[in-house]
Amino acid sequence: MDIVRVSEFIWEIPKSGEMKVPARIYASEKLIELAKRDQTLQQARNVACLPGIQRMSYVMPDAHQGYGFPIGGVAAFDLDDGIISPGGVGYDINCGVRLLRTDFKESDITAKRKELLAEIFKEVPAGVGKGGITKLSRNVLKEILVKGAEWAVEQGYGSAEDLERTEENGRMKDAAWEFISDRAMERGIPQLGTLGAGNHFLEIQKVDEIYDETVAKAFGIEEKGQVLVMIHCGSRGLGHQIATDYIELMENKFGFKGLPDRELINAPFKSDLGQRYYKSMCAAVNYAFANRQMIAHWVRDVFAKVMGSARNMRQIYDVCHNVAKVEKHTVNGKEKLLCVHRKGATRSFGPGRPEIPPVYRAVGQPVLIPGSMGTASYILVGTKEAEELSFSSTAHGAGRVMSRNEALRRFRGEQIRDELAKKGVELKASSWKGVAEEASAAYKDVDEVVRVSHETMLGKLVARVVPIGVMKG
Amino acid sequence: MERKYEILEHMADGKFRAYGSNLEEALGNAALAMVSLMWDWEKIRPILKETIQLEASSPEQLTVKFLTELIYLLEVKSFLLGRVDKIGIEEDDQNGKKIYRLKAEIAGDQLSPDYEIYGQVKAVTYNDMKIEKADDGLVIQVVVDM
Repeated sequence: MDIVRVSEFIWEIPKSGEMKVPARIYASEKLIELAKRDQTLQQARNVACLPGIQRMSYVMPDAHQGYGFPIGGVAAFDLDDGIISPGGVGYDINCGVRLLRTDFKESDITAKRKELLAEIFKEVPAGVGKGGITKLSRNVLKEILVKGAEWAVEQGYGSAEDLERTEENGRMKDAAWEFISDRAMERGIPQLGTLGAGNHFLEIQKVDEIYDETVAKAFGIEEKGQVLVMIHCGSRGLGHQIATDYIELMENKFGFKGLPDRELINAPFKSDLGQRYYKSMCAAVNYAFANRQMIAHWVRDVFAKVMGSARNMRQIYDVCHNVAKVEKHTVNGKEKLLCVHRKGATRSFGPGRPEIPPVYRAVGQPVLIPGSMGTASYILVGTKEAEELSFSSTAHGAGRVMSRNEALRRFRGEQIRDELAKKGVELKASSWKGVAEEASAAYKDVDEVVRVSHETMLGKLVARVVPIGVMKG
Repeated sequence: MERKYEILEHMADGKFRAYGSNLEEALGNAALAMVSLMWDWEKIRPILKETIQLEASSPEQLTVKFLTELIYLLEVKSFLLGRVDKIGIEEDDQNGKKIYRLKAEIAGDQLSPDYEIYGQVKAVTYNDMKIEKADDGLVIQVVVDM
């Protein structure tokens, strides 16, 4: 495949064959070499062939091979001539990250760290097949699918301020439950308010480095050592089932002949099936917002109980990194609405965008990039430049470089726990084997990923945070 | 057949190849392969029975739907697969379109702290899926999202 180096961190696959637009990859030399090892670049090229794609098929610095679309892929489609694809969103719809700040310093919680983590582990259900503590009726689930985090706040989980500091204010307005299967609903009922397993985690963190004091301050991050809480999870079985259902429905209706990859299956955005998927996906996004809203509330409860106060545990922001959204962008000098797919990519709106809460509008949107278990995570800020570069998108995390098998052969969960303990990081998990699979050595270097984001202006560095307590599902 | 399945290397997710003398047997082994990414099925007491019935338009879709059903049983009924007792597949023509009807009888146990669940399969994908004839039967290759 023809890959042209455009500048230090920009690479392009020129338009050829069936490609409607070029593909562009944001990566350092080290990261592009990793991307070449698997199907990432071929998948970016395949996406460039889809109907109605605008400008370019973009690939973020943390990209790796996915299904149909690469993980770390960003593609925007015309609403009239373009498509929507479940493979461009991913199975875990609205997998995302929420970050809470606190007034506590690391030294305030050192003595109570173990207790805090143990209590959170008790309050927040995690692990495979672990149901939530709330038994939902189907009618309540329908309400959640339509109202998202708003429902949770109405029930007393958190405050209106949390909603303001969540993408879409915690509610995708186009959501509808009517086109969601019984199977998906059934999977959603027991799992609301649960963290899940795999790469999902909840961390008590401390600020390790501040790169941009002004922006950090605007986000409520004041000094090194300040304690934060990060929650990384998604729409659980409900979202997975919606993706599975619509891949089947689209395949039955349109077939997959002519598609370079079966998982690129799609429907015209404005078609009946396209709209059904879009509205169901929005509902799954809402479910995930409600999920993180509830978990954040329980975390605050635990701090109130163990530390005697949850005062000023304000939400910094909540981002989705698996989603398709209708957004206004400029293409060929003309402003238009597009369906922007971000699969393993984070929105990074710069200052002034009306979608950003007023409190951040002058500085830009907070971008939350979780590292792998037990390693650093980053807070970035969206830029105006990113609109032009990537439809306002940047990376979403680290991305694996080692298979689960390999990780299991090389590491033991208990050994990882002991090593983290030596570094002052407490770990609670529902399975040690699961911990071994998520060993940080199995992931890309997140430092390199955010460096590329910063240098290319996809998202600028604000602060680096490191864990002091990790809860893994 | 000696081997039921093998787990293959996959960077981000789970991948396996299941073997059988026919589609029924290979699908049963694919079920065991998939749950082996989450728990040790040999340790699950087969004391509860479940029946799965579904239809699909191709063997590939049948594979995705059958395996997805096992995730559904885990998440909704807390059912852990320990044994596949019987799988029957009927092929039918409906207005010129092929229909595959599957009925499976499986056994397992309720999720409990006695069992370690170390992984989570979120979804069954068509990525790199292969259903191929081999010398002595059939091979099904599947990638699952984890």
